[in-house]
Amino acid sequence: MIAIIDYGAGNIFSVKNALDHLGIDNKLTSDKAELESADSLILPGVGAFPAAMEMLRKSGLVDTIKEQAKIKPLLGICLGMQLLLERSYEFGECEGLGLIKGYVDRIDEPGLVIPHMGWNKLNFRQSCPLFNGLDESYVYFVHSYKAFCSDSSSLFADCEYGSSVAAVIGDGKKVFGCQFHPEKSGETGLTMLRNFASLA
Amino acid sequence: MLAKRIIPCLDVRDGKVVKGVNFEGIKEVGDPVECAAEYDRQGADEIVFYDITASHEGRGVILDVVRETAKKVFVPLTVGGGIATVDDIRETLRAGADKVSVNSQAVKNPQLIKDGADIFGSQCICVGIDAKAVAPNKWTVYINGGRIDMKIDLIDWVKRVEQLGAGEICLNSIDTDGVRGGFDIPMLKAVVDAVSIPVIASGGAGKLGDFADAFLKTDCSAALAASLFHFKELTVGQVKADCRSKGINVR
Repeated sequence: MIAIIDYGAGNIFSVKNALDHLGIDNKLTSDKAELESADSLILPGVGAFPAAMEMLRKSGLVDTIKEQAKIKPLLGICLGMQLLLERSYEFGECEGLGLIKGYVDRIDEPGLVIPHMGWNKLNFRQSCPLFNGLDESYVYFVHSYKAFCSDSSSLFADCEYGSSVAAVIGDGKKVFGCQFHPEKSGETGLTMLRNFASLA
Repeated sequence: MLAKRIIPCLDVRDGKVVKGVNFEGIKEVGDPVECAAEYDRQGADEIVFYDITASHEGRGVILDVVRETAKKVFVPLTVGGGIATVDDIRETLRAGADKVSVNSQAVKNPQLIKDGADIFGSQCICVGIDAKAVAPNKWTVYINGGRIDMKIDLIDWVKRVEQLGAGEICLNSIDTDGVRGGFDIPMLKAVVDAVSIPVIASGGAGKLGDFADAFLKTDCSAALAASLFHFKELTVGQVKADCRSKGINVR
């Protein structure tokens, strides 16, 4: 069973709909014991980093997520991916979960339309189990901040928007994050979710 | 590189896809869930449901449509029409919409844009705008389906909308809407130049080349059409192939 962490942020039903469609057992939950018994975890999220981090803290799940991420696959989606990093500069500095080394800051290049909204093409930078059966295709992004990973080994795929935008990142072990929305990226996104489910 | 988006729009009344001719003689053309799934198969980058249900009580029906569509179609869904309050936005997003499009109500109550963006994030607040030329390179904003001139300058309004936190603008030209002679390039260009958020072109697509034309002549991010796709005069795939052949990046 995949536990979709329900901490009050984001369009969690889309993730659930996609997993249901794929026939993958899943549950929306904010229950500590359920996160502990799940085979893998998905951390969704849209909105602002500090507000989401605050909700996560209030839910009392921060330590559980950090512990569980050592022993089972964890996928952060969109803001959920950004929360995996050490810190963000959205509305001042804010600490993240620190599961992947690096930070989050505004996409800031002159002349660029912000948010980065729409379908952009992935460039695979390293092999990643999430890419099984996939070519470098288009996926759906919507965000105004992006991840800067400290280690180049954390970057699995990026796309071009002004400069490089981290699209799929990971700790090289069980933690993965995607900046785009796999649950809204057609067949490509569904395949990635199926690949993630098969890691457990 | 970011692809230009092609967005089919479905006008929905009482849970059925309809297509009106000048607001009269509205006819039913199908089941919205099936239509959305067909557009997805054609390669639509997003799907817009525009709810023209007259009564407030009828609003629940569009939410059922969104709920069912979101179980089958895995591209972004936007819902517009009749969204007046933060609660309306919440209900629509909870039903499975990724974005809401607010139009007349945002003009009457601009705070709705700010509240929506603050609570749910800019990414899900699209502001729909109907505008009409009053002089060369000067346009004013209309509400209630293009019937009431609010005497608000379009360029002032789009800047305000951006500042209030909108994530996107869907710009419909009343002058070109229904005429099928192409998108309103001067209006579109003026708006794209005034803001740094994405702008969707709407109103006027009548033939294959009109979409590529909008992308070649302006920096708009997406183009939307309803009747062309409804009546199967063109498929999304044909439009994309035409764009691609002209060097425009599409998915």
